[in-house]
Amino acid sequence: MTPEKLENLATFVAEKFPNIPVEREIEAIVLRVEPEQLIETMTQLRDDADLNFTMMIDLAGVHYPNREKPLEVVYQLLSVKKNHRIRIKVSTTEDVPVPSIIKVWKCADWWEREAYDLLGIRFSGHPDLRRLLNEYDFDGHPLRKDFPLAGRIEMKYDEKLGRVVRVPLDTNKTKSEPFKRPGREAYVQN
Amino acid sequence: MEEPKEFQNYTINFGPQHPAAHGVLRLLLELDGEVVERADPHIGLLHRGTEKLLEHKTYLQGVPYFDRLDYMSMMSEEHTWVLAVEKLLGIEAPPRAQYIRVIFAELTRMLNHLLFLGAHGLDVGAMTMFIYTFREREVIFDIYEAVCGARMHAAYFRPGGVSRDLPEGLTEKIRTFTEDFPSKIDEYEVLLTNNRIWKQRLVDVGVVTEEQALDWGFVGPMLRGSGVAFDLRKAQPYDAYDKIDFDIPVGKNGDCYDRYLVRVEEIRESCKIILQALDQMKPGPVKHQDFKVSPPMQNDQENKMESLILHFKHYSEGFEVPEGEVYVATESPKGEFGVYLVSKGGSKPYRAKIRAAGYNHLQAAKDMLPGLMLTDVTTVIGTIDIVFGEIDR
Repeated sequence: MTPEKLENLATFVAEKFPNIPVEREIEAIVLRVEPEQLIETMTQLRDDADLNFTMMIDLAGVHYPNREKPLEVVYQLLSVKKNHRIRIKVSTTEDVPVPSIIKVWKCADWWEREAYDLLGIRFSGHPDLRRLLNEYDFDGHPLRKDFPLAGRIEMKYDEKLGRVVRVPLDTNKTKSEPFKRPGREAYVQN
Repeated sequence: MEEPKEFQNYTINFGPQHPAAHGVLRLLLELDGEVVERADPHIGLLHRGTEKLLEHKTYLQGVPYFDRLDYMSMMSEEHTWVLAVEKLLGIEAPPRAQYIRVIFAELTRMLNHLLFLGAHGLDVGAMTMFIYTFREREVIFDIYEAVCGARMHAAYFRPGGVSRDLPEGLTEKIRTFTEDFPSKIDEYEVLLTNNRIWKQRLVDVGVVTEEQALDWGFVGPMLRGSGVAFDLRKAQPYDAYDKIDFDIPVGKNGDCYDRYLVRVEEIRESCKIILQALDQMKPGPVKHQDFKVSPPMQNDQENKMESLILHFKHYSEGFEVPEGEVYVATESPKGEFGVYLVSKGGSKPYRAKIRAAGYNHLQAAKDMLPGLMLTDVTTVIGTIDIVFGEIDR
């Protein structure tokens, strides 16, 4: 967006939402909204003729473990008609849900499910908050900063049970044991 | 009189291994006879944790991961990433690099739409299309190979430019190919556009109105097929797109056939863009000339100690990126592909969220499919042009 357009949008937004502080990022306008105001604000952003944010283009969850409210939901809105963008941020904790905006934009469905799956952000009013990208019985939320990159469990074949089992990941062991083949020992000695 | 019989809906699993599912889509379909009553797509079978991995890699090491997201439009994805990093750094690539990126982004668009034509044809029953489009894809792969050494996963775009200049004679090769290409598109159109069976399968199937398209968050050809003339290359131009003249094809009815026409027309526009970019391109550097961001020149590495150290640091430690956050989106072949990048300083991102173009299209399938016949399911999946690399990430 050109700087003039950005300024125009900033003044518009400041007029329409006197209670919400307008922050600035690199070539972007950010609104930091309280969870209670979220649906109201979003509906107004969509329906107001001057703003006309027709689309919710992205929903990202971010984990900031040192903050008082460690989880943040970041919405990117786009107006196809006016050709401008805005960023909305909502901070929350693990126990306090964010209202679901599925009533405002249908496409929020999977984005919210994903944020729940990967970061453990809860959304109130979502009709079907299941895991989406991870397996159905996955334990933990992988995009949290305290989740190790290698994960917490590993899967291996248990010969006694004759099936694949899940065991806690042994982080001291860097490599899996080499596959032993009968007759191999003699070959190695030579 | 016969006793009334009781019928029951039954649920089937479409995929995860199904040739028409374009990858690993598990689609639960509840059927009443042959009519779909309810559809529930299950994704995540190709989830590789790219976003988590990116937090542990330097910005430069992040580039190859983007090739592997939408593995049918490799360089377009890299484009978004390098533009996002450049925006955080506050730099711009030199003009020649911008034109090279535009040329390759458009070649990638052709690559993607050719696969769409082939695979969509195959889904619906036009077997020949696949062979025709792969003939041309092969030429584009050769161009890819000439420029970066790999046929698919290029890692050619770098923050601050591209990895190296075009090899000698490649511009002529691209020009000959692009000038000749519209005749190939005519061949495809002879096979499909007025084909009676093709039209019977596509016209008025999967109709999406403008309102629905906006509500579901459609982007790219899916949005333009419904009559919204919105293209990021025109609306929010990046790199050299503002210096190039092209049109945005727009559909009218929002059905599968319109989306097919939009994509075919987009390939023609791509040819126009490439030829203009080739004409406007001038010799010059292809990397940003601040060598804190781009690697030092080959000649310097061999003769100067400092450059050798810089080169080592560049590829091991990476470069510093200032604190800040950006959302950058480009028009990838499938629509708006975006990256929300949060940096807290240092050489690795704090958070990188990838906005896949096909994500919203697939989730809308649960609203698009009910009421259609089972055979139309493959048509709708084909028209969405899904690739699971980007949806599952």
